[in-house]
Amino acid sequence: MNALIPILISTITAATPLIYASLGELVVERSGVLNLGVEGMMVVGALAGFAVGATSGSLALGYLAAIGAAVLLALLFAFLTITLQTNQVATGLALTLFGIGLSAFAGRHFTGLSIHGLRPVFGFDVLVYGSIALYAGVAWFLQRTRAGLQLRAIGESPAVAHSLGQPVTRVRYLAVLFGGATSGMAGAYLSTALTPMWVEGMSAGRGWIALALVIFATWKPLRVLIGAYLFGLVSVLQLYAQGFGVSVPSEFLSMLPYVATIVVLVLICRDPKTIRLNQPASLGKSFHASA
Amino acid sequence: MFEWPLRLQRRAAPSRVMRLAAPVIAAGAMLVTGAIVFAFLGNSPLAALYSYFVAPLASSYGIGELLLKASPLMLCALGLAVGFRSNVWNIGAEGQFTIGSITGGAVALFLGPRLGVFAVPLTLLAGVLGGMLWAAIPALLRTRFHTSEILVSLMLVYISQLLLSWLVRGPWRDPGGFNFPQSEVFADNLSVPTLFEGARATIAFPIALVIAALTWLFQAKTFAGYRMLVAGFAPAAAAYAGFSEKRTIWTALLLGGGTAGLAGICEVIGPIGRLQPTISPGYGFAAIIVAFVGRLHPVGIVLASLLMSLLYLGGESVQLELQLPAAITGLFQGTLLFYLLAADLFVGFELRRARRAPAAEVAASPVEST
Repeated sequence: MNALIPILISTITAATPLIYASLGELVVERSGVLNLGVEGMMVVGALAGFAVGATSGSLALGYLAAIGAAVLLALLFAFLTITLQTNQVATGLALTLFGIGLSAFAGRHFTGLSIHGLRPVFGFDVLVYGSIALYAGVAWFLQRTRAGLQLRAIGESPAVAHSLGQPVTRVRYLAVLFGGATSGMAGAYLSTALTPMWVEGMSAGRGWIALALVIFATWKPLRVLIGAYLFGLVSVLQLYAQGFGVSVPSEFLSMLPYVATIVVLVLICRDPKTIRLNQPASLGKSFHASA
Repeated sequence: MFEWPLRLQRRAAPSRVMRLAAPVIAAGAMLVTGAIVFAFLGNSPLAALYSYFVAPLASSYGIGELLLKASPLMLCALGLAVGFRSNVWNIGAEGQFTIGSITGGAVALFLGPRLGVFAVPLTLLAGVLGGMLWAAIPALLRTRFHTSEILVSLMLVYISQLLLSWLVRGPWRDPGGFNFPQSEVFADNLSVPTLFEGARATIAFPIALVIAALTWLFQAKTFAGYRMLVAGFAPAAAAYAGFSEKRTIWTALLLGGGTAGLAGICEVIGPIGRLQPTISPGYGFAAIIVAFVGRLHPVGIVLASLLMSLLYLGGESVQLELQLPAAITGLFQGTLLFYLLAADLFVGFELRRARRAPAAEVAASPVEST
């Protein structure tokens, strides 16, 4: 029993960045936009949060900087895909490649610095509670508010929503910016709480796992939460496995989250109806009002 | 409400001129941005641009390095472009590259000395097959279970890198290598010819050119290639014509995996000469940019791979000469792709001066409410 509590705690902290990033991406995708740049926004958020947090001594400022930097990237993505109608897949990939390049370039002076991470309150840091609150907020927004209904309608059929006078462009912009903000927080959580330091490329594919989680969750907030904790468990089990005398090379244990992502995708997508019924109908398609 | 002085109007037909001009415009905009970044970092922009884009090409050694780095980029991008043109988004070339270097490296390490003159061709073949095998996983999962090839191929990148890391630290580590995580050096019969005296570039470059020509033949002259183009432009028409979607997915991924695997093993038996934990400085990801900048066309990809190779060389050059971080390469790569995507707007749209438009058109203006 005593061994289980640390596992539980580290599962929850490992899941927290995934919750932030996936819930944001879920809102973006519900509006019909597919942003594959989560990894890029996350790693830039990780750097901005760490750099500002470490130099100013204030974590709060760090989080603001992380959100600001990632929102700027999201704005670039929104401008390109929504206003200039570029291909969402290509632009998202560009955002990720750009974010990784930018953070490696701008972060060179910050490797090796240390930072005072978040202090826990009742066992967890405040951002863990924040992630639960974010879940509640997103679920409430999507399912219980008029604006949430509007956003879902736009994601299903922007043409119909537009003809009813709904501001398709504005709602999609706001959704993408929200996704940027949560990805920035997710990144900052990595560099200030989970492992309080800056390492080039430290998001290590978590942005992509967050994208997979949205599919796993079939675009439903509660399932994002469950999925994130499952992934958190998988990624911490590798740390504890050796403690329990499992003698598997560490590289194979490190593969687990990536293998799990593939397995989970197969399980969810196996029946094409699951995706067809749940995926926002306009996901990934540009919308041009005169078309 | 604020009226834009210019507005976008959809062209009757996509502009061919803009399609070809967009990469040039993007490269130009990237240079201007680069000059601004260099100035911001306290360097003379012109001197920095010179040492980034011109100085690396001043010697024959430099030209050799350009061809050396262009080869894997070209190989990976050629295979990826076939997929992108038919809406198959293999973004895991980096992983297929890594597995190609592992399977080819295995043949080179364990069978190489006994294969005589067949060592190099068989090693290359093993690399190609390894890359195809790795790409077959997303192909199988997509055709059988409808999983996104984007996410699966990307997850496999991380898995392949961990696998390579385990091999060179564990079972394949050179026993006489002072515990360095690397394999033994390959036998002498595995050295591949270099292009010219003093260059490190190998026959991988002419091989890549031949593959570019073959890709062009496949896309422009064969029915299989035509089917894949239709699948990309008009999936519904392809389905109606009875073109198999599964075959498109398999062909695209196997081609992409095969060329990426070939690129991987060419790196390993060429300039590197052994297996080590890191083989590619992100060639598989940069190749995505190469494919787009090259307009998914083999000729364009040949040119774009030279440009991207120059971006790598320039990064190394400014690191040596101006003590700027080599990571600036990644910044340039991302910026280039962004500019290209933005410039592509003008392939389908044109700027017109806004007239007092009729009410119906005002509502249809694409730039309102942003």
